[in-house]
Amino acid sequence: MRSTTIASLAAVAALTLAACGGGGSSASSGEGGPISGEITVLTHRTDIVDTVFADYERRFKEIHPGVEINFEAITDYDGEVRIRLNTQEYGDVLMLPDAVTKDQLSQFFEPLGSLEEMSRKYRFATEKAYEGQVYGIAITGNANGFVYNKRVWEQAGATEVPKTPEEFLAALQAIADRTDAVPLYTNYADGWPLGAQWAGHRGAISNDPDAVNDLASTDAPWTPGSELHIIDSLLFDAVQRGLTEPDPTTTEWELSKQLLGTGQIATMNLGSWSIVQMREAAANPDDIGYLPFPVQVGGKFHSVISGDFKQGINVHSDNKAAARAWVDWFADQSNYATDQGGISPLVNGPEPTTLSDFTELGVEYFERTPEPAGEEGLVDRIDDESEIGITEHLYRQRIVDAARGARAETKEQIFAELNQRWAAARAETD
Amino acid sequence: MPRGLTPWLFLLGPLALLVLFTYVPVATMFYYSVTDWDGLRRSPDFVGLENYLEIFTRPELFEVFVVSLYYFGASFVQIALALYFATVLSFRVRFANLFKGILFFPYLVNGVAIGFVFLYFFRPDGVLDTLLALLGGEGITRQWLGDPAAVNYSLAGVSVWRYLGLNFVLFLGAIQSIPAERYEAAELDGANRWQQFRYIILPGIRPVIGLMFILAVSGSLSVFEIPYIMTGGANGSETFVIQTINTAFRFNDFGLASAMAVVLLAIVLLVTWLQRRLVPEERGVS
Repeated sequence: MRSTTIASLAAVAALTLAACGGGGSSASSGEGGPISGEITVLTHRTDIVDTVFADYERRFKEIHPGVEINFEAITDYDGEVRIRLNTQEYGDVLMLPDAVTKDQLSQFFEPLGSLEEMSRKYRFATEKAYEGQVYGIAITGNANGFVYNKRVWEQAGATEVPKTPEEFLAALQAIADRTDAVPLYTNYADGWPLGAQWAGHRGAISNDPDAVNDLASTDAPWTPGSELHIIDSLLFDAVQRGLTEPDPTTTEWELSKQLLGTGQIATMNLGSWSIVQMREAAANPDDIGYLPFPVQVGGKFHSVISGDFKQGINVHSDNKAAARAWVDWFADQSNYATDQGGISPLVNGPEPTTLSDFTELGVEYFERTPEPAGEEGLVDRIDDESEIGITEHLYRQRIVDAARGARAETKEQIFAELNQRWAAARAETD
Repeated sequence: MPRGLTPWLFLLGPLALLVLFTYVPVATMFYYSVTDWDGLRRSPDFVGLENYLEIFTRPELFEVFVVSLYYFGASFVQIALALYFATVLSFRVRFANLFKGILFFPYLVNGVAIGFVFLYFFRPDGVLDTLLALLGGEGITRQWLGDPAAVNYSLAGVSVWRYLGLNFVLFLGAIQSIPAERYEAAELDGANRWQQFRYIILPGIRPVIGLMFILAVSGSLSVFEIPYIMTGGANGSETFVIQTINTAFRFNDFGLASAMAVVLLAIVLLVTWLQRRLVPEERGVS
């Protein structure tokens, strides 16, 4: 009995102490002097925080010897950091969680400079900008497409790059007929591969940088010929024709990389960030190639490029000077984007070698236009209100289930219901 | 120091933890349920009962309770099995402690780990299919998680495996608190094992069985962990709590999600109350 009491008293004491702790890392530098102090950097890269990031720290300290950096790698980054934003303790430097809407940016993050000035130097500056101020710099940038195993595609005789969804499905059919590979792997069980990876093609299909913003002014985003109709139909048709994995509910992301590398999977729909990881998992890295979404406008393929996570500074940071030094150094000198096979955030940064397939095909890149002033976050708000989640996986899992016969719904019924929910939500959202 | 104060002093630690980690969060949940908070905004707007109105005007939100029926059905299997094992192991059995350990072990394992273990168990050509093939049961092999007719049975099966140990230990404790003289007397009178179970054990543990059914009902209404980890609620395995999580974290409506949590709490309390009224518990006079 006695020892438990002592234990609970100790627990209370520990809680009290913990409440007093934290926020003790203030050592900001004087104006103009050398930058010093201690900063905490939150990162989602749990895989390379002890290796690549340790090396970044070493290189950064050659320039700013007075700065101490603590990395904090978080597995469920978006989920965890979004909750921590309700406190003041979310590191000094962090990746801006996507849940923060543009009008909330100034509540949590330090402005880094005017949009006009920042966009002269950096790509993707508009993505986390509000009322002319930029709050985050992209750590790298991605194009969108399908990562595929060239050897398997060749083996199936699919050597022409498909230019229409029908040609794409025909190529998948050839793979199914002539090889043992799964033609298109959805990664259904992990969820996220059915979310933003598919939604990322919006804009590229109609070669329209305003395509996403225009969703705010339509009552039927899933009409034949519309982007979402084309994207989600491709998914539905591929599943319905049996061109995807037989049991989608037991897929596994980490394993899928090896399966693509060894040719047991032919194709996956993933952003260009995945190419480096796929090559690492492949027996022969040259087998891994990248295809654009099978639609051409004016005889050309297009791909939207957009920023990965954007790095910014906690508005409550005690050491903003050191935090700023890290953000600038990371964007300008770390070479993170190029090392990870991504598009450099620097306007005059080098072309990534991972996208050489796109260069050969003459794929044209463009960034989406930010929403017009006063309408920031409107499409997201309609999306939340409708509970569809265009960049989430839930409704695409439903599409897969219907297509494989696990739900008694036709494609047309699903699209009609989605349109109806979108229209209702649009009427409710201001 | 006044004598009356001492017990409170001892209770200070646990009570502080209870208030901090149970009552304060529940109170804030009630508060959020009458706001339109998106999970981030500093000052959420008060919307009164709007969220509750929305819940009760959207019948599709309650459709997912059909899934709870699978778990409720499974809880009968679970209670029956637990009672069987507890009874058998309360008699003199060789290696009794080993079997007790084996039965209780799954309850100690982290739920996330169990989810992953069973993902491998259920995948095509996985452990279950291999076992079935060895036993000549290839015919009943199916996509255990992919087949919409099978997925909820598979998940409920995992739930039985996981929580059996808890029921088992509670039953065992109750059975062992029955005085040994009664068994001796029963044996002298020539009662067999079944009669001992029927007329000594069953009446002796009646309150515990009542408790089990209350736990079974509230447990099957608020199933979360196993389906969330294994299927994420896909393929028709979505439960009310998964739906609540999605409302909060995918569609950024913490107000509505909190109201859904309050409604679930109310439903559980209501069902428990009904159960107590329908099956009154005997007072502990034997």
